[in-house]
Amino acid sequence: MPSIETVPPVIDAEEARRERSRKLERTGRWLLPLLIMAAALYFWDRVCVWNEIPQYILPRPGVVLNTLIEDAGLLFASLLVTLRITMLSLALAVVGGVGLSVLFTQSRWIEMSLFPFAIVLQVTPIVAIFPLINIYVDDQTTKLLLCAWIVAFFPILSNTTLGLNSVDRNLIDYFKLNGASRWQTLWHLRLPAAMPYFLGGLKIAGGLALIGAVVAEFVAGTAGQSSGLASRIIEAGYRLNAPRLFAALILISLTGIIIFLALSWISHLVLHRWHESALKQEQ
Amino acid sequence: MPDRTNPFLILQSIGKTFASGVTALDRVNLTVNEGDFMSLLGPSGCGKSTALRIIAGLSSPTSGVVDWRGPPLQQNDIGFVFQEPTLLPWASVYDNVWLPLRLRGVSRKDAEPQIAEVLERVHLTGFENAVPRELSGGMKMRVSIARGLVTRPRILLMDEPFAALDEITRFKLNNDLLELWQERRFTVLFVTHSVFESVFLSNRITVMAAHPGRVFEELTIDAPYPRDAAFRTSPHYAELCRNTSDTLSRAMGMEAADAVH
Repeated sequence: MPSIETVPPVIDAEEARRERSRKLERTGRWLLPLLIMAAALYFWDRVCVWNEIPQYILPRPGVVLNTLIEDAGLLFASLLVTLRITMLSLALAVVGGVGLSVLFTQSRWIEMSLFPFAIVLQVTPIVAIFPLINIYVDDQTTKLLLCAWIVAFFPILSNTTLGLNSVDRNLIDYFKLNGASRWQTLWHLRLPAAMPYFLGGLKIAGGLALIGAVVAEFVAGTAGQSSGLASRIIEAGYRLNAPRLFAALILISLTGIIIFLALSWISHLVLHRWHESALKQEQ
Repeated sequence: MPDRTNPFLILQSIGKTFASGVTALDRVNLTVNEGDFMSLLGPSGCGKSTALRIIAGLSSPTSGVVDWRGPPLQQNDIGFVFQEPTLLPWASVYDNVWLPLRLRGVSRKDAEPQIAEVLERVHLTGFENAVPRELSGGMKMRVSIARGLVTRPRILLMDEPFAALDEITRFKLNNDLLELWQERRFTVLFVTHSVFESVFLSNRITVMAAHPGRVFEELTIDAPYPRDAAFRTSPHYAELCRNTSDTLSRAMGMEAADAVH
């Protein structure tokens, strides 16, 4: 077999140092948070033991994990309910946010007339609006969806509008020069140019949709009408079942993290070849 | 060679005043002949880019007429190259060059022979799948020129296309552009503020003065084509550059004299 000689490149001390710290950083990025997390869990456990804190006030992490496994059927069924509302409202937020922002870019007049309403909707706390929704909307799912949608759609709307309007002026001229129709300019230029902005909004909206869904369930759940994770939390709170409360809470956090990671991954897939935000810097 | 005597584009007393009250162009008269390589040379603020935008139809003149001669002008007939490469950053080189054809309803496959040919002409064969950020500044400009030429325009309007490039790249692109121009016999209207570039490229130079933008003088560069590296270092080139530079100075001096009034 022919031997392939690989000569390691000769690098100076500074480059070697930089390379070493780069390697360290790569490992540290995932190792450090894990270590901190482990330490926090250990500390939590010790605090419970040392202070003999009763389980209904602060359960030990092991107990929470046990509950998560024992109550898995109940908790994951609830998670599915919450997740369904979250995903549906996110989808509607995408359709509504992108649709409205496209409408806005077609006419400054429409944007000027409608944008303030979107802001009003955004700044009014959803908890304050929900009683109204509760009166006017009968269907339980529609109620929750509407609530989560109101929370989630604004970042998509405002980011996408910004993106659609941030197109290189020369490119717009170029399209004009080539006799492009409004539709062609939208499809071939404005929408792809707005993609990084939209995806940034989507990442925020993903988390907000979950928050919106949980908040909506909370408000609805106090009336005993919901079966999502939030209602499990309320229920557990009434019964002083702290382990289940913690388990549900952890499940919600994990879901939020997974949604964020999934959306970041999608964003990376779409942008990695061309957009600055997704490029690695060469030293 | 085209005889370069048939008028192709005539600007008649073009004026442009913006809503702000600034007069960008004042009674500009200009005749571009078929096959000309004409440069618009002048200091910043002399309205060269505004004139180019008016000719391209991107902006309308306040007064005067843009008169195209010959067969009726089609949309394909005007190619435009901006100062920046102005490419779609998400699209490959191939798709960027396809864009003007795509906007005219030509499918990706049908456009293939034209795209392959024009990419070969600008020495970018093999880079079809690269996206703009993977290319150097000079290569991006080549893509932009390829995109400008793929529709086989009768006139190519270029707005300081090489201003942002380093000198070596710029010389190379100057040579390549001249080669393309001689081969394809389109007309070029080239906006620049570089005396050396305008003399090297053009057969005619229109020197413009600023505030308000107007035509100061027209020069003919009588050096024969093809022009190459030898021409760049010849005494004749130096002489032409000196003359052009003098004219430009006078154009700018006039502006200074105006300011005294």
